[in-house]
Amino acid sequence: MRIELLYWEECPSYDLALQRLREALAERQVAESVRLIEVTTEQQAEALRFPGSPTIRIDGQDLFPTPDGPYGLTCRVYHADNGRVTPLPTAEMIREAIRKALRE
Amino acid sequence: MAITLESRLISFALKGTDEKVHRPEDYPGAKVLGVIFSCNHCPYAQAWEGRLIQIQRDYAGRGVQFLLINSNDPAKYPDDSFSSMQRRAQEKRYPFPYLFDETQEVARQYGATRTPEIFLFDERRVLRYHGAPDDNYEDPAAVRQPYLRNAIEALLAGKMPTPAETKPVGCTIKWR
Repeated sequence: MRIELLYWEECPSYDLALQRLREALAERQVAESVRLIEVTTEQQAEALRFPGSPTIRIDGQDLFPTPDGPYGLTCRVYHADNGRVTPLPTAEMIREAIRKALRE
Repeated sequence: MAITLESRLISFALKGTDEKVHRPEDYPGAKVLGVIFSCNHCPYAQAWEGRLIQIQRDYAGRGVQFLLINSNDPAKYPDDSFSSMQRRAQEKRYPFPYLFDETQEVARQYGATRTPEIFLFDERRVLRYHGAPDDNYEDPAAVRQPYLRNAIEALLAGKMPTPAETKPVGCTIKWR
């Protein structure tokens, strides 16, 4: 399994997203390590189809799929279950998305 | 680097989403004046937006006035264009002016770097609080330190806010 967290340094929450991701993986007893990929240029963002920071992928699939594009250096908007805007997925969102990803 | 506490307000004249030019001097009756750098596209600004609206509404009758300023380069972030600002201000029923710092000169003068970033001035227009709205951008129900509300209450009571400065948390301002 390939687990990646793509981030842009200028968005401050990727470390918290990484922490939540690692905790959720540990709960599911997934031993694979998370590969951190720093996105630094617009060209790289386009090439990686990076919709914003942070983005989590398992085997190349976005844990929170979005419509195609736009891609670029930006902070990503997430929506919690109650509709609240948040700059990173909640622990519960990550847990649920991993559960679905592992089932598929 | 941001202007330091006890700095005097730096004046400006910026066009608002209402197509009028706004200046801090237009609000001589404000006992507390907040100059707040924000924008449309940033999730941190969006996450705190509702709270800023609520605070403005809660304190409007007590002489508190916010001025929201978007300094981002819309060429890089089209969601931060003036027309998009107008749409957002209308959709969210902003109770404060939403101003476009097209030249980015105001953000540079204040040394603002993030959205949102708050500069709160007292009645004499001396900077008394600088930083974040509160200590939890994710969840309004989990806020333990409502920095901005506390600072406003302190100033209205003739006291100095504590803390007077916190780390602004949010997206970086997008320079040309």
